[in-house]
Amino acid sequence: MLTVDIEKTYGNFHLRAAFQAEEEALALLGASGCGKSLTLKCIAGIERPDRGRIELDGRVLFDSAAGVNLPPQRRRVGYLFQQYALFPHMTAEQNIAAGMGREGSRDQRRRTAELMARLRLEDCAGKRPRQLSGGQQQRVALARILAADPEVILLDEPLSALDSHLKWQLELELHRLLASFGKTALWVSHDLGEVFRSCRRVCVLDRGVSSSVMEMETLLEAPGTVSAARLSSCRNIAEVRPAGEGRIQVPAWGVTLGCTAPWRSEATHVGVRSRHIRLGTAEEENAVPCRMVQVLRDVDTDLLLLQPEGAREDAPPLHVEVPRGAAPSAERVTAVLPPERLLPLAE
Amino acid sequence: MDWYPLYNSLRIALISTAVIFFAGIFAAYYVAKAPRLVKGLLDVVFTLPLVLPPTVVGYLLLRLLGPTRPLGTLILDLFDVKLVMTWWSAVFATVVVSFPLMYRTARGAFESFDPDLAHAAQTLGRSNTWIFWRVRMPCCRQGILAGTVLAFARALGEYGATSMIAGYTPGRTATISTTVYQLWRTNNDALAFRWVMVNIAISAVVLMAVNLLERRNRTGRKEAAPC
Repeated sequence: MLTVDIEKTYGNFHLRAAFQAEEEALALLGASGCGKSLTLKCIAGIERPDRGRIELDGRVLFDSAAGVNLPPQRRRVGYLFQQYALFPHMTAEQNIAAGMGREGSRDQRRRTAELMARLRLEDCAGKRPRQLSGGQQQRVALARILAADPEVILLDEPLSALDSHLKWQLELELHRLLASFGKTALWVSHDLGEVFRSCRRVCVLDRGVSSSVMEMETLLEAPGTVSAARLSSCRNIAEVRPAGEGRIQVPAWGVTLGCTAPWRSEATHVGVRSRHIRLGTAEEENAVPCRMVQVLRDVDTDLLLLQPEGAREDAPPLHVEVPRGAAPSAERVTAVLPPERLLPLAE
Repeated sequence: MDWYPLYNSLRIALISTAVIFFAGIFAAYYVAKAPRLVKGLLDVVFTLPLVLPPTVVGYLLLRLLGPTRPLGTLILDLFDVKLVMTWWSAVFATVVVSFPLMYRTARGAFESFDPDLAHAAQTLGRSNTWIFWRVRMPCCRQGILAGTVLAFARALGEYGATSMIAGYTPGRTATISTTVYQLWRTNNDALAFRWVMVNIAISAVVLMAVNLLERRNRTGRKEAAPC
């Protein structure tokens, strides 16, 4: 189990990260520049937090109050860097062996061979990083991390440096690897889709502040904050004012909407996913008359951009997802925002 | 033709290059890591000899090492050794004058070194000594090599500071550059021309060696991939 509770100030950026990861792959989700990499670097001991405590399976890695700050060498934290940070002058085999002590020993050679077989790198042994494909480079980096026998693995945007066709293959590979690793792993990403399949739980980092750890499903069904909603690719987000009796006023769209439950007072925004809005008639609840702005063909759906009739000039259009080919040709349509699909969001 | 100046120039340049190699790398490594204020200050001090006229360096060295100066007197009393006007006195001059070339090239190499490589090695449990010799140095070898060659070439051609601190004694402190000046001054034009040719030949060979090394690195890059 990894317990992190740290603070660090960098110029006018403040990091305040607190979360706990069990023996699981925990996703750390956040937009770029939100402090994800900094958090990982603090855990690995590359950066020193100003305050706080980091504990791994009962071992204290950092504790500002007790004056503990283990050097990275003694933390047993495996770190997969965004660009892999392979040693360019060493072969793949030498890179992996660098993760182990006792240079040149029989044990080292045996374990290097084992790891290369496990990650299907036999053909790459004598090649240097620049001769390897992105996927191979990542496997070498992973083998090197495993060679050092870490207690936790930190993955810093592991798929961001790859082409999309490689991405999927590597995601499967990582998925399998993390499952067989059996210890804690932190997977940092800005893309929900990337971590959704491999991680059961997620912690959202917004401008340096971490949310509580939640189930992936919760992030989709009740993200709770504007940033979490954005990260879970909720496209329709607007500011609201409570209008009493379980109703909210949305000035940007120029409408008042009914909700299923009393509106939480701390929720300053409302979010509606584009796939949850449907086209209907003016008689229905939460019907919003709109003008069609644009129809975009998505991969396997059509995406409608609608301007609500009473919308403010500067308001972004409503995004509505409909099945491929189901986009109406009419100039005016009615969007229905089902009450049970309105997500209350705090800033 | 007496080849002593060639022999003397080469040994002075080789010895000072050996000294500068370690001193330059050491200085570059610490300046690259230093906080900004210290960095700026040390950088000025270490680079100064590059822009000062060699005669000024010579003057300062004489003030420090001359037989009537504190350090010169001390060494004279303790070891009965005079620090100036011997063949190896020139090493002081060439070290000071050539040091900035090594220091600056090595510092550039260290500063462009990807810090994540060092961080990765640290998280793998590798000691900082291991990282320095097995990762940082090999990755920066091109810059370090270039700095070494430049420092050697500069040391070989040093004239101003050398002539002030080692003087010109044929067969004792004469170097190629001081010999050329003496020959020209005494109207021995033919011999002066020969030494000029020797000097040009050596410099050309050194520069060719640099180019060759660079080309080998470049063609090797596809395979060997330096940083």
